Amino acid sequence: MIKVRGAVTVNTDRCKGCNLCVVACPTGTLALQRSEVNDRGYHFAYMANPENCTGCCSCAWVCPDACIEVYRVKTEA
Amino acid sequence: MNLCDTMELEEIIREENKVYAVPELLDQSVHMHYCPGCSHGVVHKLISEVIAELGITDHTVGVSPVGCAVFAYNYIDVDWVEAAHGRAPAVATALNRLWPENVVFTYQGDGDMSAIGTAESIHAANRGENIVMVFVNNAIYGMTGGQMAPTTLIGQKTATTPYGRRVDLNGHPLEITNLMPLLDGTCYVTRQSVHTPAAARKTKACLKKAFENAIAKRGTSVVEVVATCNSGWKMSPEKANEWMAEHMFKVYPLGDLKDTTKEQ
Amino acid sequence: MKGNEAIAHAVIRYGADGYFGYPITPQSEVLETLEELMPWETTGMVVLQAESEVAAINMVYGGAASGKAVMTSSSSPGISLKQEGISYIAASELPALILNVSRGGPGLGTIQPSQADYFQATKGGGHGDYHLIVLAPSTVQEMVDFVGLGFDLAFKHRTPAMILADGVVGQMMEKVVLPEQKPRRTDEEVRKQCPWACNGRIGGRKRNIISSLELESSRMEVINERLQARYAEIERTETRWEEIGTKDADYLIVAFGSIARIATKAKELAAEKGIKVGIVRPITLWPFPTEAVAKAAEGKKGILVVELNAGQMIQDVRLAVHDKMPVEHFGRLGGIIPSPEEVLNALENKIVNPKSEA
Repeated sequence: MIKVRGAVTVNTDRCKGCNLCVVACPTGTLALQRSEVNDRGYHFAYMANPENCTGCCSCAWVCPDACIEVYRVKTEA
Repeated sequence: MNLCDTMELEEIIREENKVYAVPELLDQSVHMHYCPGCSHGVVHKLISEVIAELGITDHTVGVSPVGCAVFAYNYIDVDWVEAAHGRAPAVATALNRLWPENVVFTYQGDGDMSAIGTAESIHAANRGENIVMVFVNNAIYGMTGGQMAPTTLIGQKTATTPYGRRVDLNGHPLEITNLMPLLDGTCYVTRQSVHTPAAARKTKACLKKAFENAIAKRGTSVVEVVATCNSGWKMSPEKANEWMAEHMFKVYPLGDLKDTTKEQ
Repeated sequence: MKGNEAIAHAVIRYGADGYFGYPITPQSEVLETLEELMPWETTGMVVLQAESEVAAINMVYGGAASGKAVMTSSSSPGISLKQEGISYIAASELPALILNVSRGGPGLGTIQPSQADYFQATKGGGHGDYHLIVLAPSTVQEMVDFVGLGFDLAFKHRTPAMILADGVVGQMMEKVVLPEQKPRRTDEEVRKQCPWACNGRIGGRKRNIISSLELESSRMEVINERLQARYAEIERTETRWEEIGTKDADYLIVAFGSIARIATKAKELAAEKGIKVGIVRPITLWPFPTEAVAKAAEGKKGILVVELNAGQMIQDVRLAVHDKMPVEHFGRLGGIIPSPEEVLNALENKIVNPKSEA
């Protein structure tokens, strides 16, 4: 069985905390950082549940600030 | 438990595993000035990707409008001319006629395209200038503080229609993109959106087709992107997307309005 | 050849890259002649009838932003429409040539000749602190010559130039010597001459941006100071005028464009009556030949400023000579061109033997 795992990196400096990636994520991987803000005062996005990520890129496609890059690996179980 | 489950993030986040990269044509040295959740950023990204993928970076010239996207030249790494309000298609006409081998696109808002620049937009399209007109329609004037646009919906509250747009006072929403297919100079007219991953993917494909038309000198391509202005609409970005899907798509339905490349 | 037709020939022969215009009397022959000559078949020059004056000037803005030699022409009401674009071209430091075959105003006015656009041409016209280099031809030959001069000055100083003609020189037929055909610059030459231009990042160069927007006040001030320094340099180096018999004269007539020819005739009539008149004809209306007028005025008993308007250039003449002597205006309005006799009468009544205030 092929298993897919993904991960995203968020350029927290550019992120404006618009939450659109969180909404777009089908696996509940992402959330906004509640306790931290970036230099410009935004609650930036982060992988709250990294184990859920499949690397589908949905978050990156809708990110207006080009903060997200996506990685994906396929492994045979 | 298999190998994959136990994989550390460091093992996944490696260059060889990257499946979505920030477009290299998008200047990362500056922050985009747009409000959080603004659709402009997504459209910028898609245009950057299309230009890079078509290999036309060194002979593409953009024309930025007056409006929120006036600073597009700070973000997409091609030559840019900033036009007076509404005049982008006239500027683009000369840029392309004098350098026919160059690919020229305009980036226009609803004020630029459907109010002050209606004449320039219609006439450039009617002449069949070999340009791409990207029209970002968010039904409001964002930069000046949320006043009514020609594309503002009936009943929609703006700074200049505080009780909602009324037909008797303000006329009807101007569906300018619907006029474009009637002009023989247009080869491709489409209306898309970028509110979901699927919509953004679709819009990218449409932009690519439009730029290919410009390269092949097929005439004018118009790509309308129905977009949000969550600040102007006074909603969260998420709610703005929902409101757009519910209300704007009724007046501005998505899909191709004309595609002569299909007919051929 | 008609002035307007001569302009069309001159533009092609200069090796210009583009003309963008919209018909308006009394200058439509420029576009008509260009369309007839079909320069796109010979030199490759682009000629386009735009949907409006506004579109035409913005096409000029786009063409100039790409480094090409482009021009537009119109007449007074159309030039008013172009003012926003002209301000953008000046602010963006772009070379371009604008021809105004001016007619009488205000409003739709008349299609007859007038010089009532002097203020508009020399004092801004559009918004902001900027100037155009303004050339005023008085003959069809000068119409032709100023095309080359206008383009050369525009490119030298990266600023728009205007030929402020009037319906007289536009419609008048005169013998002209056209310049030799110059080749249009190649794209490579354009790129080399205008490294700032937006025509594609060939060779992976840094992107060029042509914009007149700057929201940071201190940077906007620097841009304005740069423009002002350029204007000061143009004032120092590009002021042009013509003098006829100013040395031995007792009186001066200052006049520009077509009316300077009538003033010259009036000077001859005056000489027959024993009145010694010299003529100063400003050729650049901006920069105005202030020093030349001041110098020519030294020791004179009075100055008559003759214009086809209600008194515009007279302000610059008065600034040049201060209150050292009487400076009076004579002009006809509504498209009427005065005869040399009328000009002489005005000189006699207003300057030589002014009626004392009763």
